[in-house]
Amino acid sequence: MPLKILVTAKRVEDSESKIKVNPAGTGIVGEGLKYKINPFDEIGVEEALRLTAKHGGEVVVVSVGTKDVHEQLRHALAMGATKAIWVNHTGPLDQLGVAACLQKVAEKEKPDLCILGKQAIDDDQNQVGQYLAEWLGWSQATFASKEESLESDAEKTKTPAIKLSADGKRVTVVREVDGGLQTIDSPLPCVATTELRLNQPRYASLPGIMKAKSKPIEELTPAGLGVDVTPKLTVTKMIPPPARKAGIKVPDVAALIEKLKNEAKAI
Amino acid sequence: MGNVLIVVEANTDGSLRKATLNAITAGQQLAKATGGAVHAIALAKDATALANQVKEYGVTVHAASGAQFEHAIVENWAPAIAAAAQAISAEWVGGAATAIGRDVLPRVAAKLKAVMASEILSVEGSGADVSFTRPMWAGAVIATVKLAGPVKCFTVRATEFAAAEKSGAGEVKVFAAPAQDKQLSTFVGFKEVKSARPALTEAKVVVSGGRGTKGDFKPIEGLADELGAAVGASRAVCDAGWQPNDLQVGQTGKVVAPALYIAAGISGAIQHVAGMKSSKTIVAINKDGEAPIFQIADYGLVADLFKALPEMQAAIKAAK
Repeated sequence: MPLKILVTAKRVEDSESKIKVNPAGTGIVGEGLKYKINPFDEIGVEEALRLTAKHGGEVVVVSVGTKDVHEQLRHALAMGATKAIWVNHTGPLDQLGVAACLQKVAEKEKPDLCILGKQAIDDDQNQVGQYLAEWLGWSQATFASKEESLESDAEKTKTPAIKLSADGKRVTVVREVDGGLQTIDSPLPCVATTELRLNQPRYASLPGIMKAKSKPIEELTPAGLGVDVTPKLTVTKMIPPPARKAGIKVPDVAALIEKLKNEAKAI
Repeated sequence: MGNVLIVVEANTDGSLRKATLNAITAGQQLAKATGGAVHAIALAKDATALANQVKEYGVTVHAASGAQFEHAIVENWAPAIAAAAQAISAEWVGGAATAIGRDVLPRVAAKLKAVMASEILSVEGSGADVSFTRPMWAGAVIATVKLAGPVKCFTVRATEFAAAEKSGAGEVKVFAAPAQDKQLSTFVGFKEVKSARPALTEAKVVVSGGRGTKGDFKPIEGLADELGAAVGASRAVCDAGWQPNDLQVGQTGKVVAPALYIAAGISGAIQHVAGMKSSKTIVAINKDGEAPIFQIADYGLVADLFKALPEMQAAIKAAK
């Protein structure tokens, strides 16, 4: 039963980048920043590729933003996605705007499954997948993970962790919840979001990168999709987190215990 | 009127989850700032007992009972919460930023066509000027955000709000929940991470291990048990499958703020630090004296954790 899967590729600052608030407190310092596909989205692309490798089908990747997002779309195409959709938008955008664009794209593409990162590592909201599931009226399987570790055989053989039922109508998803792992069975179409331990994304191969250059990127706009992306969430100020006051180094365990007991009164 | 609806969560044994009390405090602050009352919604197979526990905190609890509310399946929970929000004309709908809160509340927000702020750290201002602070970029930035619209949703970082105190005076109302969503996920199973130790997010002391343990958590567990502490882990440890994912401390794992946090063999990546830097006292033990964890630790010890931790354990035991 071939699957059509829609995945996302948000452009975010590389997690290795040093993020600093600008002096005016209106944003972050852009200088010297590198950009990447949101790591949670990349895990979503990988899972989609594993599913379609097993069951057949195609992977469509979508991103909303300026033309810069072509870099992230090409990255997903180089990993193996079939085609890309660019929702061309410049300016502020909140989670409702993104979810509304994705909803329209999903209605147009009619995938069986959407796989999104559970959150983007810039705004850390963890919302878009849930909005999308509700607005599409689909089932929702957030925080998809697996019991096997990232060092396991299941991981080495690139076995999809999201399991498709024999009749191709449902997926079984192992979710990371508080206190353990919950397994649910969700009817398709479904929106799933990824945890870190779902898989280890592949590197794009050189032939993959070459091939990606000739794969199509379809251009859409929020207006063309009939979506109003006027934000309802406004960031009015940014500040760095409060710094902890510098501590001290202690020479040995005895000194540490003494400090914890008499100074911090922590034990 | 700024009525607030808080989603109640229970522990697996049916008792009230502490994080709910932190969320109620945020709800009380919002209600005060916008001139409303705090309500709560308890969803369970039999929600009465749970609702009775919550009512002690001076809120009106809407109790919706039904077998479909077991296991917090979102397609069952979200429509019930959204309906309760509409029934009390809530301006604010929120809960703790637990796995359930993070799963369910955005779907509730979507139903209510509301915008949402995740993991709020504080409530600022009053009336129409209410805003929240929340972390972005794994805590490298604290942003002030303002939400527009008649209904707004939020989740609360539990460690940043005191637990609500008992004030009697609340009441329980039976709430008849609407039908569940059509495309319904069903519960298959739950693999619990069983531990005799206290829960990570509620422990007074946490001992965490990182890559420096090379997967051997005996010294971590030994010290934790001597201190009656919870065990935590860095992302590298969970990725490698050395410890269950449930123990991961960090922006993408659990956020903790115990009285004492002991980080052993943890380098101090920003995403880990974001999950523990509100701890009252931080101890770092690492072989590498240049590890960034020392920049945020109150007490740093440059040492091999395999020697230092058993020594600490013995010293604490001897002092008892």
